[in-house]
Amino acid sequence: MTQKLVVIGAGMASGRVLEHLFEANADYYVTLFNAEARGNYNRIMLSPVLSGEKTYDDIVTHNAEWYTTQGVTCHFGTPITSIDRAAKTVTSTEGTVPYDKLLIATGSAPFIIPVPGKDLDGVVTYRDLDDTNAMIDAAKSGGKAVVIGGGLLGLEAAAGLAERGMDVTVLHLMGHLMERQLDEAAGFLLRRDLEKRGITVKCQASTTAILGTTRVEAVLLDDGETLDADLVVMAVGIRPETRLATDAGLSVARGVEVNAQMETSDPDIIAIGECVEFDGQLFGLVAPLYDQAKVVAKTLMGVPDVFTPKELSTKLKVTGCDLFSAGDFAEAEGREDIVFRDPARGVYRRLVLEDNIVVGAVMYGDTADSNWFFGLIRDKTDISDMRETLIYGPAFQGGAPSDPLSAVAALPRDVEICGCNGICKGQIEDAVHAGATDLGAVRAVTKASGSCGTCTGLVEQVLAVTLGDEFIAPAAASICGCTDMTHEDVRRMIKSRELKSMPAVWQECGWKTSCGCHICRPALNFYLLADWPMEYTDDPQSRFINERKHANIQKDGTFSVVPRMWGGITTPDELRAIADAADKFAVPTVKVTGGQRIDLLGVKGEDLPAIWEDLNNAGMVSGHAYSKGLRTVKTCVGTDHCRFGTQDSTGLGIKLEKTLWGSWTPHKLKLGVSGCPRNCAEATCKDIGIVCVDSGYQISIGGAAGMDVRETEPLCQVKTEAEVIDVVKAVTQLYRENAKYLDRIYKWVAKVGLDWVKESVADLDKRTALKARFEHSQTVYRKDPWAQHVAKSETYRPLADLTLEAAE
Amino acid sequence: MSAQSDNWIDIAALDAVPQRGARLIKTAHGCVAVFRTGIDEVYALDNACPHKNGPLADGIVHGKAVTCPLHNWVISLETGAAQGADTGQVATYPAKVVDGRIQIDASLLTHRGVA
Ligand code: SRM
Ligand SMILES: Cc1cc2nc3c(=O)[nH]c(=O)nc-3n(C[C@H](O)[C@H](O)[C@H](O)COP(=O)(O)OP(=O)(O)OC[C@H]3O[C@@H](n4cnc5c(N)ncnc54)[C@H](O)[C@@H]3O)c2cc1C
Ligand code: SF4
Ligand code: FES
Repeated sequence: MTQKLVVIGAGMASGRVLEHLFEANADYYVTLFNAEARGNYNRIMLSPVLSGEKTYDDIVTHNAEWYTTQGVTCHFGTPITSIDRAAKTVTSTEGTVPYDKLLIATGSAPFIIPVPGKDLDGVVTYRDLDDTNAMIDAAKSGGKAVVIGGGLLGLEAAAGLAERGMDVTVLHLMGHLMERQLDEAAGFLLRRDLEKRGITVKCQASTTAILGTTRVEAVLLDDGETLDADLVVMAVGIRPETRLATDAGLSVARGVEVNAQMETSDPDIIAIGECVEFDGQLFGLVAPLYDQAKVVAKTLMGVPDVFTPKELSTKLKVTGCDLFSAGDFAEAEGREDIVFRDPARGVYRRLVLEDNIVVGAVMYGDTADSNWFFGLIRDKTDISDMRETLIYGPAFQGGAPSDPLSAVAALPRDVEICGCNGICKGQIEDAVHAGATDLGAVRAVTKASGSCGTCTGLVEQVLAVTLGDEFIAPAAASICGCTDMTHEDVRRMIKSRELKSMPAVWQECGWKTSCGCHICRPALNFYLLADWPMEYTDDPQSRFINERKHANIQKDGTFSVVPRMWGGITTPDELRAIADAADKFAVPTVKVTGGQRIDLLGVKGEDLPAIWEDLNNAGMVSGHAYSKGLRTVKTCVGTDHCRFGTQDSTGLGIKLEKTLWGSWTPHKLKLGVSGCPRNCAEATCKDIGIVCVDSGYQISIGGAAGMDVRETEPLCQVKTEAEVIDVVKAVTQLYRENAKYLDRIYKWVAKVGLDWVKESVADLDKRTALKARFEHSQTVYRKDPWAQHVAKSETYRPLADLTLEAAE
Repeated sequence: MSAQSDNWIDIAALDAVPQRGARLIKTAHGCVAVFRTGIDEVYALDNACPHKNGPLADGIVHGKAVTCPLHNWVISLETGAAQGADTGQVATYPAKVVDGRIQIDASLLTHRGVA
């Protein structure tokens, strides 16, 4: 005979139980009660609804039609008020209903901190659609929101409200955000990213009261500070919703106690979800609830099964804040850390090891490999063999790294891809073979990536690998066709694995060509000499002809010659020497450049060493008009002559040029020094610009006047010339060490953020260290290449002259 | 197929050309570029890109190809043909290394390209 199953709570856990039951055609007549005035929706997607990325309709999991088809009698907006175990009935406002089996799935209730004002209008929690809609409404009139609680929910609420235009402050009791999931370093990066979106974060902030007469007006902190507020969101934690169970006399600790079959102390009453406690443990994420749902369905059908809690991982659903944490990362005796930081990219990774087993992982900024690390934690893999490179992730294990797809291809079938739904790679493969050939289809069939969605990329990769050529995956931009690695990956490898030669890079990074190409070789050559100035020898054959021959090639194959004129200053003797050289080598064009010096255009390649020698003899050196390195330091006349000059701009320009010349940089580097804000040297459209003022020197960076025209942004102001020179060296070195080849300073700053650059040069220790590394490198590179090449003039001449050889 | 000849002329030591580099030979017909690859093969091609006569000897050598310094056409050292979407052909000449010396087919002095 069909049994009567009554379900209290139409949440994520019970919804999954019903799906399993109906899939198995279990013989139950189901009556479903929900306190919320609606059926089952994907609660974890409330944050995208709040931020406006999704609508409620997008996140409904079971609609009215579904319930009808399955024959479920629904009572929505109808809370159960009591359970009578003896009579086996439940009672709601609408009456009493009998059950054979009862499923309690009441979830949890937000914890309300017991402060005065907690019941004022405008104070909301964050649990269900009504809360979400209340926040959306409040945000319509803009104003200020205070979110109490810097955990997962609080931050998702904060990000959503900020997205909707509110001025948001997050108050967090602890020292850093999400302290249960993140360590301090990751917490810092998260905070920085949130602050970038205009969210104010206050840690160690304890709320004393919520102020207001009828509705909320402000929040009072225990240090006396008051924060104006039009909306207060309390997101400080949750409590299992156990009131019904307690009243019914079931065994309840913090949650409703269940055994491994999910039965409560009354075997006809089963409980699931956030309201339960199993083996002393509570549950607050969907992944374990879905595991419980499988067990509940089996128990209801009389099939033996056992619930075993698994390792859990957390991600935050705030676009642009990529974080991942799993396992236990507290410091303890016998534990070791492996840490990787890439401040330029805002990337942080930390693994916690105990007896060669990863017990915890925290990642920020780049979480692409998180599933692999999660697998290591869950499977307690012995990592001794890959310890050295473990932190770089799966692509770096076992020989040459290859593209991310082959890393996915190499994953075993039982590796979990979708954590929320517990979907393994094999299930996705099977679905693809059964005809699910796009993400939507895979999601429909397996549920993979259908809950929180953070594994979408990974699911796509499995699809790509399984489908092969039929799938065109959006590829991350690699350097060139020789490799699948990005500039950033390669730079990281060069530094971390101490790769000091080009063949080492090709080998270790799995180059697909024998010796690179004209795109990657110049980049690698730069990275190697910037990172290992002492160990690496510059490779002229990996340089574009201009840098190889220290002259600019012309359209007819001749070259131009531009000697330095330090700071734009020259002398009659220099001008005479240039004129003589122009005559002697029959230079067709002599032009004043836009960089305050003279260009001799149309010199034959084989004459270069000779003309250089003449210029050298007159005291001139290469102007590097061809280099990805220091070009010119443009100056104005400054205090020497100008009635407005505040400082010696010409003198400072010359000093800077003499300091920086010869250095190689990711792209060309141009400076300008103006003697006053009239800015006749156009300093504010240079890569680095200095404007002299009465009180000192304003240093700004990131200008350009080529394909993009940009004004510099202020870096700092200093008092002395010596400080200017130090800051310029430091910022140049920071740029050399971190930028992608062929990114001018403005492009690099746009990627790493001006704040980080500012911080790095403002910190005197860092500034000194950067400056020292710059100087170190300059001991090798501050040399006149013309003089060096005059000595090798042989190589500029033809290998053989056969013109006089008699033709047969 | 290259024309065969036993009239090889000694040009220079292999080491006079850098690995992944090139040097020029002046001939009555114009400059010929002698390339040396990363694995010490040598090739001889007219020093004029089929695009706009760019000096191929000044390009970057990779594998068995050179990238023209003016507009980045990639030219095969073996066949002289432009690679990829570009079309065009440079004359090539037989060249070889014997006992560490570069030798070129003397027909280079009389004919234009033979390959
Ligand atoms: C000679 C000169 C033009 C002139 O007659 O005045 C010049 C000539 C060339 N510039 Fe320039 N630029 C010259 C000043 C500039 C300036 C003005 C300045 O420096 O004050 C700019 C704009 C400022 C800037 O850089 O932001 C400028 C922006 C460019 C760009 C665009 C760069 C960008 O990032 O947008 C290129 C292309 C590139 O570098 O990729 C370029 C590239 C070139 C090249 C090297 C093109 C090439 O690859 O062959 C030209 C070489 C000509 C030759 O054979 O000598 N040139 N070029 C100037 C040499 C200055 C010097 O003394 O060193
Ligand atoms: C904004 C937000 C974001 C989240 N993000 C994530 C995430 O990214 N990843 C993750 O894993 N988890 C996330 N969670 C947690 C996840 O949503 C919960 O773990 C999950 O919903 C719990 O499922 P449940 O079925 O136990 O409870 P619920 O889904 O809360 O369902 C319980 C239902 O029972 C009803 N109910 C309660 N009492 C009664 C009664 N007496 N009578 C009738 N009905 C009653 C309630 O109204 C409710 O609808 C998030 C939660 C929220 C609120
Ligand atoms: S603007 Fe610069 S790159 Fe363009 S033609 Fe003039 S010199 Fe050449
Ligand atoms: S001349 Fe060689 S690519 Fe244009």
